[in-house]
Amino acid sequence: MSDALVQARGLRKSFGAVEAVRGIDVDVAPGEVFGFLGPNGAGKSSTMRMIACVSPRSAGTLSVLGMDPGVDGPRIRARIGVVPQLDNLDAELSVRENLEIYGRYFGLPRRHVKEKAAELLEFAQLTERAGDTVEELSGGMKRRLTIARSLVNDPELLLLDEPTTGLDPQARHLLWDRLYRLKREGVTQIVTTHYMDEAEQLCDRLVVMDGGVIAAEGSPAELIGRYSTREVLELRFDPEHRPTAEALERHAERVEELPDRFLLYTVDGERTHGDVVGAGFVPLSSLVRRSSLEDVFLRLTGRTLVD
Amino acid sequence: MSAPAAPALWRLLPAGSYAGRARMMMVRSATASRRTWLAFVSGFFEPLFYLLAMGTGLGSLVGDLPGPDGQPISYAAFIAPGLLAASAMNGAVFDSTYNVFFKLHYARLYDSMLATPLGPVDVALGEIGWALLRGGLYATAFLSVMAGFGLIESPWALLALPAALLVAFAFAAIGMAATSFMRSWQDFDLVTLAVLPMFLFSTTFYPLSVYPRWLQIVVECLPLYHAVELMRGLTTGVVGAGLLGHLAYFVVMVVVGVVIAARRLDRLLLR
Ligand SMILES: Nc1ncnc2c1ncn2[C@@H]1O[C@H](COP(=O)(O)OP(=O)(O)O)[C@@H](O)[C@H]1O
Ligand SMILES: [Mg+2]
Repeated sequence: MSDALVQARGLRKSFGAVEAVRGIDVDVAPGEVFGFLGPNGAGKSSTMRMIACVSPRSAGTLSVLGMDPGVDGPRIRARIGVVPQLDNLDAELSVRENLEIYGRYFGLPRRHVKEKAAELLEFAQLTERAGDTVEELSGGMKRRLTIARSLVNDPELLLLDEPTTGLDPQARHLLWDRLYRLKREGVTQIVTTHYMDEAEQLCDRLVVMDGGVIAAEGSPAELIGRYSTREVLELRFDPEHRPTAEALERHAERVEELPDRFLLYTVDGERTHGDVVGAGFVPLSSLVRRSSLEDVFLRLTGRTLVD
Repeated sequence: MSAPAAPALWRLLPAGSYAGRARMMMVRSATASRRTWLAFVSGFFEPLFYLLAMGTGLGSLVGDLPGPDGQPISYAAFIAPGLLAASAMNGAVFDSTYNVFFKLHYARLYDSMLATPLGPVDVALGEIGWALLRGGLYATAFLSVMAGFGLIESPWALLALPAALLVAFAFAAIGMAATSFMRSWQDFDLVTLAVLPMFLFSTTFYPLSVYPRWLQIVVECLPLYHAVELMRGLTTGVVGAGLLGHLAYFVVMVVVGVVIAARRLDRLLLR
């Protein structure tokens, strides 16, 4: 594991009495897309800021690109790209200038930065908007510009904190497509998200994070295989005739009760549906689907990811 | 700052917080100011309007006043160096307080910079440097106007330009240090409360001798007083060892301001 781009052992972060990160172990290998999946307040951003060398760790060890962020912060930052949770584009500059000036902060020569900016504008599909100010851009465009900006120094490691939160589905898919491309080019990525579909789409490997600790680690398929069944039967009942979870339990491996529905974990959803109906229960609606990371999270923490 | 002072100052700054690229922040400010050139240009007219209104208007009633060496000089020649000093202060304070506070807490501009190799010291020096550059341009323009009106009595006046830069540097450094402690826009009333009386009472518009002794002592402690006396000495050509005392006052302000500003920015930004 000595070739890990990021390695954390017992990493902690406290803000006064608040313990945001409570001792996590992480290894990110070169070339992979690594995810932190967890709800709001899980400690994802705090972890990302420590990796980005803009937040001193409270305890534990951390190495990024083989260096210690506490000692070599500027040298590490020169080789990584950061997409923060909240866009912090420079509102006083145009779209193109945002890229060019940012490149200058890395000490890159003016000529190089000019060419790079043109290339990144193309990558982010913002060439037509190059002269606009940042305020004129839509949310999705701003996000794309922030990602483009993070690439200006050709980073070896890209940190993306909730890259698509708040974007409409179309904008999300466009962004995911750009991130795939970067992966193909060999850029190692660390992504945080509270969307299970995003984690499944993007991540080779991920950790499920909750309350500042890591609850599980693996590839999306591994995690689903380990913590969930192949299929899930979702049942909704008329509140008058809603059965108890215990009554349903004999028909499935596991039952989760949510405010508006039951989730029955089972190998074969159709068969379980037949069993439930055969036992005299009459659901208002039913749905059989494959297990997702959402189910893994529910299993691990007893809570849903996005509420 | 002399060469031996630099390493000592260096140790007072947080480690790893300086990439030696403060200049890039100034490139950024210059690029941004192309879009806000009106605000940029207006900074030049304020002292000019004061000079015209007070110097010619009030000046015709007041007549001559005693200069630094007791020789009478015209009222306009008396207040012009005062206005030069005050505009160096005002520009630097505005840039380093309101503008910095906005970028720090609202635009999150510095957060984005710290994701690059830039550190808090680059940010502090870059912002102060820009305030200086701007102050330097205004001072040059104002000195030319003074020359045009015949208000410059000595070639020593050429040194008023670097002196104005030092004064601006000192106010920008202190302003930035103060801003790092501010929690809301309300706190900026304190800035007005400090700057406005200083502008009015620091011998900008009339000599120290009009005050009772206790008030003279208070005024003699104010930084703008030292700036005004420094400028007036240079533009009227009354140059003595006393000017070095004024200079020392600002060197101390610079060092204290930069060290506090850099340390506080480090705490605020690298949480
Ligand atoms: N600068 C800060 N000061 C105090 N508390 C903070 C700060 N940043 C984060 N926290 C707290 O740390 C916890 C984890 O936050 P965060 O890392 O932002 O989680 P996430 O990104 O997973 O939503 C939260 O309880 C949050 O309130
Ligand atoms: Mg977050």
